[in-house]
Amino acid sequence: MSMNLIHDLDREQLREVPQFKAGDTVRVHFRVIEGSRERIQVFEGSVIKIQGSGIHESFTVRKQSFGVGVERTFPMHTPKIDKVEVRMIGDVRRAKLYYLRDKLGKKARIREKQS
Amino acid sequence: MAIGIIAKKIGMTRVFNEDGSVTPVTVLLAGPCPVVAVRTEEKDGYTAAQLAWEEVADRKLSKAELGHLKSAGVEGGFRRLAEIRDFADVAAGDSVTVGRFEPGTSIKVRGISQGKGFAGTIKRHNFHRGPMSHGSHNKRAPGSIGASAWPSKVIKGQKMPGRMGGKNVTQLGLKVVKVDEEKNLLLVKGSVPGHKNGFVVVVSE
Repeated sequence: MSMNLIHDLDREQLREVPQFKAGDTVRVHFRVIEGSRERIQVFEGSVIKIQGSGIHESFTVRKQSFGVGVERTFPMHTPKIDKVEVRMIGDVRRAKLYYLRDKLGKKARIREKQS
Repeated sequence: MAIGIIAKKIGMTRVFNEDGSVTPVTVLLAGPCPVVAVRTEEKDGYTAAQLAWEEVADRKLSKAELGHLKSAGVEGGFRRLAEIRDFADVAAGDSVTVGRFEPGTSIKVRGISQGKGFAGTIKRHNFHRGPMSHGSHNKRAPGSIGASAWPSKVIKGQKMPGRMGGKNVTQLGLKVVKVDEEKNLLLVKGSVPGHKNGFVVVVSE
């Protein structure tokens, strides 16, 4: 019974996030507060890892910004995320794409999944 | 004046705040606890309220225990009793619920810490370890336990290996994050002593 109590508490806090997995390209619309103003910042890149489950779930997005690799980790259910768009479903064979960190240019591409 | 309640530790999870920050919380299933006895300054020399916790079948209690509950007008059996010092604005037979707490209340939580078994000095007393390589024979050994000719004995209270944990521990300076009166839940920021389903006493500071 005790675990169900925690489960129920967590479920109240879960937000609706589209399904995606490692290798997919996503656009994360993230709320940023600048002084007293709030605006939405978009971070687009490929998901290189999803870890945890339930309320503790988080995902890391990697992109190249002016030739420098940038990674950002978001909690899946944080109220700061306005929405997540899935732009492309990637064809990868691993759950964690850490190997992308060592690749540059064309080799760092992820193929689109042909269905 | 203190407010107190007896609870069961359910486990830990996290709560998202408006600004996106995360608060780690411990979930406690608290009460409702009937007040079984009231200690007063005149009669007992101190002020306290005795609370009962977790309903169990009558047959699990002795007649003396049941009689004690009955004298306060409490129906049914309860697993444990605990006294909360300086908890005055209750009368025998009242029911204490989480409703007496509110978010932001500063509390201390007492519980029985997780037993670690027979532990060495590094785990038990935060000793340093010796070098692991270069032929070291002093990896996790306790080292010297005293001088030789004088005092010719080991001084009492010398920190040595032994049983660790399983003792009463009070965690001070915790804060209530959320109160759920419907489900009798108390969400406390941070961790509290004890294992899951363990018995803890929550007292306001």
